[in-house]
Amino acid sequence: MKKDKWGYGIHPDRQIDLDNANLSLLELVRQSEPSYNLCIACGSCAATCTAGNLTTISLRRINIYLQRGMIKELREEIRRCMLCGKCYLACPRGVNTRHVIIAIHEALKATGYEEL
Amino acid sequence: MRNYDPFVLPFMLGFLFLVVLIIYKFAQWLIRLNMREKVLFRHGMLSRKFLHAGNEVFMESLIHRKMFKANPLLGYMHMSLAFGWFLLIVLGNVESRLHTGAHLNMPYFPIFLKFFVTEKETIPFYGGFTNLMDFLLLMVLSGVFLALIKRMTSRIFGMRRTTNLKVGDKIALITLWLIFPLRLFAESLTAAQHHNGGFMTENVGQFLAAFLPTDQLSYPAWWLYSISLGAFFVAVPFSRYMHIPAEILLIYLRHFGIHSTKVYSSFSELEVYSCSRCGVCIDKCQLHTADIHFNTPTYFFRAIRERSLSGDLTDACLLCDRCTAACPVEINTTAIRIAKRATFSTSFKSDFSYLPANHTRRKADVAYFAGCMTHLTPAIRKAMIAILEHAKVKYHFIDEQGICCGRPLMMTGRLEEAQQLVRKNEALIKGSGARILLLSCPICLKAFREDYHLDIRIMHHSEYICELMDRQILQIPAGTQLFSFHDPCELGRGSGIFDQPRKILSEAGKLVKSKFEKENSFCCGGSLGHTSLSQAQRNIITQEVVNELTKNNPDSLVTACPLCKKTFTRWSEVPVKDIAEIVAEVISLGSTQSDREQNTNSLGIKVHEKQKRK
Ligand code: SF4
Ligand code: SF4
Ligand code: SF4
Ligand code: SF4
Repeated sequence: MKKDKWGYGIHPDRQIDLDNANLSLLELVRQSEPSYNLCIACGSCAATCTAGNLTTISLRRINIYLQRGMIKELREEIRRCMLCGKCYLACPRGVNTRHVIIAIHEALKATGYEEL
Repeated sequence: MRNYDPFVLPFMLGFLFLVVLIIYKFAQWLIRLNMREKVLFRHGMLSRKFLHAGNEVFMESLIHRKMFKANPLLGYMHMSLAFGWFLLIVLGNVESRLHTGAHLNMPYFPIFLKFFVTEKETIPFYGGFTNLMDFLLLMVLSGVFLALIKRMTSRIFGMRRTTNLKVGDKIALITLWLIFPLRLFAESLTAAQHHNGGFMTENVGQFLAAFLPTDQLSYPAWWLYSISLGAFFVAVPFSRYMHIPAEILLIYLRHFGIHSTKVYSSFSELEVYSCSRCGVCIDKCQLHTADIHFNTPTYFFRAIRERSLSGDLTDACLLCDRCTAACPVEINTTAIRIAKRATFSTSFKSDFSYLPANHTRRKADVAYFAGCMTHLTPAIRKAMIAILEHAKVKYHFIDEQGICCGRPLMMTGRLEEAQQLVRKNEALIKGSGARILLLSCPICLKAFREDYHLDIRIMHHSEYICELMDRQILQIPAGTQLFSFHDPCELGRGSGIFDQPRKILSEAGKLVKSKFEKENSFCCGGSLGHTSLSQAQRNIITQEVVNELTKNNPDSLVTACPLCKKTFTRWSEVPVKDIAEIVAEVISLGSTQSDREQNTNSLGIKVHEKQKRK
């Protein structure tokens, strides 16, 4: 059905099929930074983020992208991080966030997903 | 008189091999210097710097002055070996020239003089010479003896751990230790036959003659002595002893104004070779507390030389500079560590296109850049602003919505990514037209001083407050509080600011002394220099430091870095404050509440501010 005719359209399918999701990155990150598993998605990291003041970046969301295998979105967002370390100090669970970010970059490289 | 015997061959071959190799290595290091460094080298060779460098070579490579400072016994051990051996060679040369009357003798001749010259009458002042030579030999032997003891028990040298050696080093070490006892043996046996020894060799000779066939043993003893020398010379390039020639070149280049940078260069390589693996840095490293070993510059540099460096070893460091401050060779270990990290780290392909293109150009004298970490500890920021307003300074808070200084990225070796932030901040600061850039975070301070091109004064707030006091703009009433001060790595060792915070605190109260202050201060454990260190490991380090710094029961544990403050606050029973907070308190202005009483995450800031408004 054409959108211009009716003024509305169907939302793109947002269902995530975890059976088919690409979780190879997630596995690599878990191995290289075990504290990743402690994340409770509280969002403290996102609330304090230096880059987050100026653009859309949220480590909590990045973590979710990783768990759902949304590599394209993940890749775009993680490049905005300045590695300043504020998120690490804010995290109540002691997740080594700076190393998580490095581990994600390394995993992107190892899996060949780093190119856009 | 003979002046050749086949037993000199092992020595001569080893000696030639070493000379050729050193010339080759020196040429390689010099050729690979960049253009600017080459110009500095050429100018330096023809200037007075050349003489100054020569003096330092004498003081450091022979006398080992800094080693003496680190520990007198360790200093004596190095000095007796190096300077004693050097004098033996010099005196031997003088003696042999007096004997032959020639200006030049074969290099082996002075070394084996006692073998070739057995008639005392042929050398003027023979008695004096030979006793002096015996004395020097005794001095070297005492150094060898101490070295042996150090291998067995390093504690008496003030070292808890000594360097773990590999094969090449072991061969070199054993041959080095054998050289001087063998020399004593050979000279004594000859003295027993010809009575040409001094107070030591003559008597040892007599003693040996009582139960050994000296005439049969003396010739083989000279062979052994020559072989040990030759073997040592061949082992030098493959062992830590390459540091002896390397350090000499290093001292010259340093005097000519060449220094290491965050890019691994020929000069960095020379620094790596100049490490003597003395092990002084090992005990300095706090990572031992977290059960991480074999990470210190000793092992890091060895891995570079052996081409077996791994990413993990490169990463295993807080970049705290404790080892650098203690290193007798003054190698810039942190710069080399960062340079090597650059070769291991995956690129971030950073995208900072979201950063605003234009900055507000509000003019002010002082541009205040709080930095990420200060935004996380709002009490420090508020205290600083209170002080600035109290002193009626025309300031401009330039990073209310600011970005990172770039140093955290640099510390992981991501220099290009960091450059993007550097350029942004440079434009921001230049746009403000300020004459002074005021910083609350020593991490930023270090970045702005070393990696930015700014023509204005760059000051940490402890320096700035001190200057306000000196100019009578700020008066601090004398108080009775007891302070324990922690020197942050990047402020103290990193930027050489030790006195200003102490001056401020001694005005405001009483400062307690600590064994771990100034150059020897600890890292708080929160360092951004180590990315993979776990929270649990950091906690162990921090707890140890807090215990040490609060054992005198101070009223507050004071520091001058937001990251140190944040790190300590979790573990300290005593209130932890930044020096700016202390000042703001005593001039009874601004917030008197520290972060400790607030909700410490950034959401907490709002809660706290609302409460205050009520
Ligand atoms: S390290 Fe990256 S994600 Fe964390 S606060 Fe800084 S900019 Fe944000
Ligand atoms: S602050 Fe820590 S626990 Fe909370 S979302 Fe971020 S990483 Fe996860
Ligand atoms: S880095 Fe310095 S202190 Fe450490 S072993 Fe080498 S020379 Fe000694
Ligand atoms: S800089 Fe600090 S953490 Fe790194 S090796 Fe030296 S003492 Fe250890």
